[in-house]
Amino acid sequence: MQSQARLGFFLLLTPLLLWLGLLILIPHVDMALLSLRERVGVGQYTTSLANYGIFFGEPLYMWTFLRTAVMSVLATVITLIIAFPVAYYIAKMARGRTRSALFLLCLVPFWVSELVRTFGWMILLRETGLFSSLLQWAGLATGPVEMLYNDAAIMVGLVYTSMLFMVVPLVTTLESLDDAVIEAGYDLGGSGLSVLREIIIPHAMPGIVSGSIVVFMLSLGNYLTPTMLGGKDSLWFTELIYSQFIVRFNWELGAAFGFMLLFLSSVIVWGTLRLTGQTLERTMG
Amino acid sequence: MKNTMIIGATLAVSLAGLAQADTLRLLTWGGYAPENVIEMFEKETGHTVEVTLSNNEEMIAKLRATGGGGFDLAQPSQDRISGPQAEFGIYKPIDLSRIDASQFIDSMLAATKANTTIDGAVHAVPHVWGTSGLVIDTAKADMVRDYTDLCNADLAGKVSYRLKRPTLIGFAFAMGMDPFAAYDDPAAYAEMMEKVEAKLIECKPLVKTYWGGGDELMGLLRSGEVTASMAWDTGGWKLNGEMPDITFVAPASGALGWIDTFALPAKGQADDAAYDWINFVMRPEVSAMITEAAGNFTASKGADQFASDGLKAQFQASFPQAAIDNIKWYPPVPAGLEAIEGGILDRVKAAN
Amino acid sequence: MTPDLECRTLCKRFGDTLAVQDVSFSVAPGSFFSILGPSGCGKTTIMRMIAGFLEPTGGDIRIKGRSMLNVPPNKRPVNMVFQHLALFPMMNVADNIGYGLRRAGLPKSEIVRKVGEVLERIGLPGIGSRRVDELSGGQKQRVAIARCMVLEPDVLLLDEPLGALDLKLRERMKIELKSLQAAFDTTFVYITHDQSEALVMSDQIAVMNHGVFEQVGTARDLYYRPETAFVAGFVGDSNRWAGTVEQVDGSTVALRTAEGLLIRSRAQGKALAKGEAAEIFLRPEAIRVARDAADLAQFDNQVSGVVSSLLFNGAASRILVRDEVGEEIEVTLPQSGEFATLSRGAPVRIGWSGDQTTCFARQG
Repeated sequence: MQSQARLGFFLLLTPLLLWLGLLILIPHVDMALLSLRERVGVGQYTTSLANYGIFFGEPLYMWTFLRTAVMSVLATVITLIIAFPVAYYIAKMARGRTRSALFLLCLVPFWVSELVRTFGWMILLRETGLFSSLLQWAGLATGPVEMLYNDAAIMVGLVYTSMLFMVVPLVTTLESLDDAVIEAGYDLGGSGLSVLREIIIPHAMPGIVSGSIVVFMLSLGNYLTPTMLGGKDSLWFTELIYSQFIVRFNWELGAAFGFMLLFLSSVIVWGTLRLTGQTLERTMG
Repeated sequence: MKNTMIIGATLAVSLAGLAQADTLRLLTWGGYAPENVIEMFEKETGHTVEVTLSNNEEMIAKLRATGGGGFDLAQPSQDRISGPQAEFGIYKPIDLSRIDASQFIDSMLAATKANTTIDGAVHAVPHVWGTSGLVIDTAKADMVRDYTDLCNADLAGKVSYRLKRPTLIGFAFAMGMDPFAAYDDPAAYAEMMEKVEAKLIECKPLVKTYWGGGDELMGLLRSGEVTASMAWDTGGWKLNGEMPDITFVAPASGALGWIDTFALPAKGQADDAAYDWINFVMRPEVSAMITEAAGNFTASKGADQFASDGLKAQFQASFPQAAIDNIKWYPPVPAGLEAIEGGILDRVKAAN
Repeated sequence: MTPDLECRTLCKRFGDTLAVQDVSFSVAPGSFFSILGPSGCGKTTIMRMIAGFLEPTGGDIRIKGRSMLNVPPNKRPVNMVFQHLALFPMMNVADNIGYGLRRAGLPKSEIVRKVGEVLERIGLPGIGSRRVDELSGGQKQRVAIARCMVLEPDVLLLDEPLGALDLKLRERMKIELKSLQAAFDTTFVYITHDQSEALVMSDQIAVMNHGVFEQVGTARDLYYRPETAFVAGFVGDSNRWAGTVEQVDGSTVALRTAEGLLIRSRAQGKALAKGEAAEIFLRPEAIRVARDAADLAQFDNQVSGVVSSLLFNGAASRILVRDEVGEEIEVTLPQSGEFATLSRGAPVRIGWSGDQTTCFARQG
């Protein structure tokens, strides 16, 4: 009986261990080893920290990383600001079919691939695109307006791509807030703003933080959106990693970049958690 | 019981063996293996073909990741073989006795053999060739005659090119330098590239965007948002069919000529099928079908007579004899050169 | 004296249904007013209209003589204790209680002082820094009341706040609520479906059914002098029969139940005519049990039967008596214990006074 239970336990554990080991642990160990290799000649390598030295030695790489991080944080904040009222409406005000319909609307963009979604934005934003034509037609612009190929376009794309991942955790946490608690806030003299600040937001904090972490990581690791919507100045860190791996054949430096991304984004997430007084267990559990 | 198991095992092994020899996993470019050609080949030989579309960089990256496995035949450009081969050992030599050399244009076969010979063994034979140069809207940007003309202030916001090595090399030629001659001298090459870097940064404000994919560039040119760009010849000719004003122009300093080849990945498992495929597609009539699909001419002898008149006319319009003679064929890229170019490209992208 | 709370012909319509229909009442200052009714009767709707979460369809709500129409909930001098208390889980006890004071813009020191005072008054000094989920059910209850009372509202609304508590605690909290109300000397309006809560605590009770007030009065009024069949049936336990009027004699009537039992009763409200259908109510504790017919001589209703069931419940033990015609009558046993040995099947005689019986003309 006991041995059977143990067998069951191991059978249940196996997929988890395989997943952790094969898909997470081994590739990362491999990447770590790769990042510590330095090419000294044709097909010759030694172990050194040279790749990390390159990262810290070249201001361009640091600058690109910083830019990516700041833009991702900004995208996260904008997503939060847009998603919060949407989530609040879905969780607290909409009922029945309206509610499912709204949820579905948030989901619909994910039925097509990210590439198609991004192309959609390119069609809308480009100089000869829909928005530009509309502005000219309305007489608000005298000539074609280029809205593509800049950081604002990247931001639009990132926010659009991330919406669902912010709305879902927010709806879940807001749903768990008893309507009576909100009413009590009003009843005891609170205004809309103070109820939001003192009751709704503190309650939704775990959802806000977990949504923000997901959106931040998605934005930071996004490749397609920044490269397609971004302009000639729009550097993105994943683009650097891609070009090291694919274009330059410099896997060693690419691996080092990858680890820096992992490390620095972890630091940012950790810092945010500390700053908001949340823990990973509270927000993810 | 035991017997059935043995029979079953043998059957499985032999079936697996058959299936492996029968399937050609082809790593190639878009248009190089059109449906109708694959169909004819499969009917004639009994092999099946699995196509994976890619480009030079991804081909190398894919093969590097598996140490040359996963594919039975690859089609990298001839200048991108010896460097990666020396570094990563991802190809195996070609057995020339199994290739029908009479189907190839002699000069191209000779050039490719010379460029891909490592340790005395040939690693590739030529397939499709073409050039990259300028695609311009002759009605709006007729003054563009060379790469450096893309820096014309009159064209501000109407210009696009790729932030890739052909751009660096094209600009170097247009600026009166010879980067190919400096391939073996990294210091001289780096110095040359720094001049190109300065020029590209100077020109950056005029650029609308650095295009990333062929479809994106087509869209830009078609909508008229871009009137002059660096691009492949086929792209220009394709647009020329739709909009007569737009066409491919061989730059004054010379179009950059490339040859895509056949090379055998080091761990390829269907060499027979690979050789069959090479000999099959190099037949003049089959090559013409590929030219029709890809838009580029092949190294197949006598395929010209099967090519469509429209394409021939476009080619002749873009390439007078002098322009053909002026094509700068890419020599093999020495290993490590990409690192120098990479730094330059990063700095151009980051410049404001 | 102006009543603290006054509702005039209050109406609320949701689509086609009329949830509250022409309800008028007033609550004297410092009194404990309950609205008692089954779920769905409209009592919560009234409360939410008073608190300001619902807009009345018609009528007026006045607090201390001032109309509350178009006054938002956060500007009304009423506060509400919610059914599940709705304490703010993200704040500690002191912040919960201080919330309203902060909203009113009181200085910090003042808030600290007032919170301390109110905690003292509810008998929980020094728990200000505790988290809400560390409190017991009763403590939460008191904190929820304190959170409202610290704002010194004219009227405190309580929406079945004892519903979530277990029985023992509920009994204790009834008494505690009443004493808190006395201590704060504030008008309480209390909503419940539990008659014992209403009867124990209230000065005035309104019994509500189908959107209207059936009767407003003291607990005694409702219990002993119900004005409608609904009130008689809803408040307290009753034996209940349907019958027809056989004879009318001044203030007393004789009725015969469907089974054939003859019952004498006082006439209630409207005079009943002979032959009219009626409903008859009789409280189990109004019935005397006896072994001898002589003991029941003074009663005008006498029935003999056998004990068909024993319902032992300590002080509130009852028996079911089956009479000759087969009706079962619930009877409370006297607490003297003289019938403690009664067993099933034993013959008994029961009797009651016609004054203790109420009857109403059958409606509809």
